[in-house]
Amino acid sequence: MHELAVTESLLQVVLRHAGEGRAGKVVSVSVRIGELSDLVSDWMQRYFDYLSRGTIAEGARIRIERIPATFRCDACGDVFPADPRTRETIRCPLCASEAMTLVTGRECFVQQIEVM
Amino acid sequence: MAEVRLIEVREEILAENRQEAGDIRAGLKRRGVFMLNLMSSPGSGKTSLILRTVRALKDAYRIAVIEGDIDAMVDAEKVVREGIPAVQIRTGGACHLDAPMIAAALRELDLAALDCIIIENVGNLVCPAEFDTGAARRAVILSVPEGDDKPLKYPLIFSVSDLMVVNKIDYLEGSDFNLETLRERALRLNPSIRILPLSCRTGEGVSDWIGWLQAEIDDFRRS
Repeated sequence: MHELAVTESLLQVVLRHAGEGRAGKVVSVSVRIGELSDLVSDWMQRYFDYLSRGTIAEGARIRIERIPATFRCDACGDVFPADPRTRETIRCPLCASEAMTLVTGRECFVQQIEVM
Repeated sequence: MAEVRLIEVREEILAENRQEAGDIRAGLKRRGVFMLNLMSSPGSGKTSLILRTVRALKDAYRIAVIEGDIDAMVDAEKVVREGIPAVQIRTGGACHLDAPMIAAALRELDLAALDCIIIENVGNLVCPAEFDTGAARRAVILSVPEGDDKPLKYPLIFSVSDLMVVNKIDYLEGSDFNLETLRERALRLNPSIRILPLSCRTGEGVSDWIGWLQAEIDDFRRS
């Protein structure tokens, strides 16, 4: 449900950058969203379509790249991907340690926009 | 026809909220007012924990509560009955509180007369996790009846919280809730998260929570 608020912010960022770049129209918006985030792609596009009516971003396509979760092993420093939602114990593939720190998976940012 | 070109943006979607949250944090720091953002699902015990906290600490600290829960009217009345100020945010059914809402609520409070503000966020484990409110610390409550799998289903909120309260431990007996499993699941998302099991009903463990909060407020005001 917070997709609405997030999409409002997204549109502001897009319009600001498009304006600074003297764009006449925004064709697409590429965003990177971490796997830990529960933002639903369909809803973001739907809200964007609604909110952007009458702006130069009307009709722009939202391309969402999901960033997988990776962890850094606290013991040996290896960085490895793992599913944060698994019911299994996550262990470092190199040293089997169970102490780790999340490195990626919380992203929520605009990478680039395609404009005309 | 005009050519399609790329503009590199590389900006956080919620940059504006984060900026305002940063301003709130800096403003409260200057005034020496500690603010806690308390998050959880509905019914996990936010109001009960706040009432316990207020009763334990209201003689030592000047406390106020910002109520964001959708049924906050009832919650705010309970808090006011304890003799402390409460601001109710009418979210109009919104699923979370953001920095502009908190900034507006703070304007209703006499900050010079406060040591600590507790935000009772909207009951929801998804949306509040995405929005920085400007609080100095974030705590999430998970209650035993909700199950020890919540960090698997809602990882973000556990990864952004400084502390997890495990409430309703009086229900542990006879349930398949495993505190050790929960601990492992939360720590892999957030190795620095503190975990405090307690029961607002029986009072078991509540003094650990009070101790944590008191230490946080004192550290904040000293530094």
